[in-house]
Amino acid sequence: MSAPGGITRATLAKDLRMEWRSKDAVNSMLFFSLLVVVVFSFSFDPSSEESRQIAGGLIWVAFLFAAVVALNQTWAREIRNQVLDAYRVSPAPATSLFAAKVLGNFIFVSVLEALMTPLFIVFYRLRSLGPIWQLLIVAVLGTWALVVNGTFFAAMSLRTRSREIMLPLLLFPISIPAMLAMVQATTAILNGEGARFWIVLIATYDLVFTSVCLLLFETILNAE
Amino acid sequence: MTDTAPAAVITVHNLIKQFGRFAALRGVTAEFAGGKMFAILGDNGAGKTTLLRTLAGLNRPTSGEVRVLGARDLREVSARVGYMAHPSLLYDEMNGMENLRYFAQLYGIADRDRCTEAIRAVGLSPALVRPVGQYSQGMKQRMSLARALLNDPQILLLDEPFSNVDLKSAHDIVRLLAELRDQGKTLFVVTHQASLLEGVADEFVWMEQGKITDRTRMFATGAGQQELRELQR
Repeated sequence: MSAPGGITRATLAKDLRMEWRSKDAVNSMLFFSLLVVVVFSFSFDPSSEESRQIAGGLIWVAFLFAAVVALNQTWAREIRNQVLDAYRVSPAPATSLFAAKVLGNFIFVSVLEALMTPLFIVFYRLRSLGPIWQLLIVAVLGTWALVVNGTFFAAMSLRTRSREIMLPLLLFPISIPAMLAMVQATTAILNGEGARFWIVLIATYDLVFTSVCLLLFETILNAE
Repeated sequence: MTDTAPAAVITVHNLIKQFGRFAALRGVTAEFAGGKMFAILGDNGAGKTTLLRTLAGLNRPTSGEVRVLGARDLREVSARVGYMAHPSLLYDEMNGMENLRYFAQLYGIADRDRCTEAIRAVGLSPALVRPVGQYSQGMKQRMSLARALLNDPQILLLDEPFSNVDLKSAHDIVRLLAELRDQGKTLFVVTHQASLLEGVADEFVWMEQGKITDRTRMFATGAGQQELRELQR
């Protein structure tokens, strides 16, 4: 058997190649986020000051909803032709698969964020009063919080009949602490206020949920 | 005098598998010797696929015991078992070689020639660039078999390897399976086309309502041999 790291790399490379060819997840996420940006911008037409107050919530809610599209897509590929069974009968560890899926989703959502952030800035006339590097930290930690739980719960709802509905039902309540911290941190930084407490909260959330998901994933993968 | 009977590679004792209130396997007890080909036969819902999936470690027994190559924890021996399911277990978006290279890495197979060998063994070309989704059903079946052969398994569990395959391809697959058996591998072939394995399988295992009801050495309809003769003509 390959080292777990090697299997994670192989699975990640496979997922990236498949997404590069189909662009299913990224296109759906982009389209959805674009709609949110444009519709909200025209609905409220906020001033620069108002934008700083609402942008944190708006950005993260848009990314959360968009991420759900990618999260469902990742596992949908694995149940087509029951390919997941081929992984399950192999000696490869479950944690390698989970790590690859989380990293893949992290890349997809990060690409989305990189493409959408300039649009948010333009449409909402955003100008941060706090340091940009802190926003980058919040973006990385917040995205990880979304995808680590999302990947886990998407796997959990894999065998349910209406998994597209199940995923948000499971994911959104558990993401509330992280979402709250992400929104508060983003708003605080945009307004030039301290966000240290919220950043530590997201980091702690990431640490706890990454550990729990890694520990429980094998049970989820082999559940009947 | 020494006993020359081949040792059992799989033993199943009072195996019960329930899905909710439905019992798919109802107390299966059997021993299967190594280096033989077993054809698992029975009507739809007889428990053939469930038995195969349980031997592959995909279904956990509700009760009873399964030992594969002496191990109770089937993950310990998963590198020595090959499994081919009714669906292809392949990614439609990638071509055959890309699929096999990925699965080879799961088994720690670094030798890229192994993928080429497996594809050639099932009568396909390693140079096929089309994604698997565009293969014919017969090609998918062959590529699926190539995936199952990739890790050079000691035990091969094959679920319906001849379904949706034309007669010539089916006989090609039978010949390949016979070769693998002659190399000392143990094969379990779930099929509804038992006549194809006539004269090839060492034992026909009959299942009914979740139980093994009979084990015979012959499946004597003559239909398989007749089909083969017609094909050769």
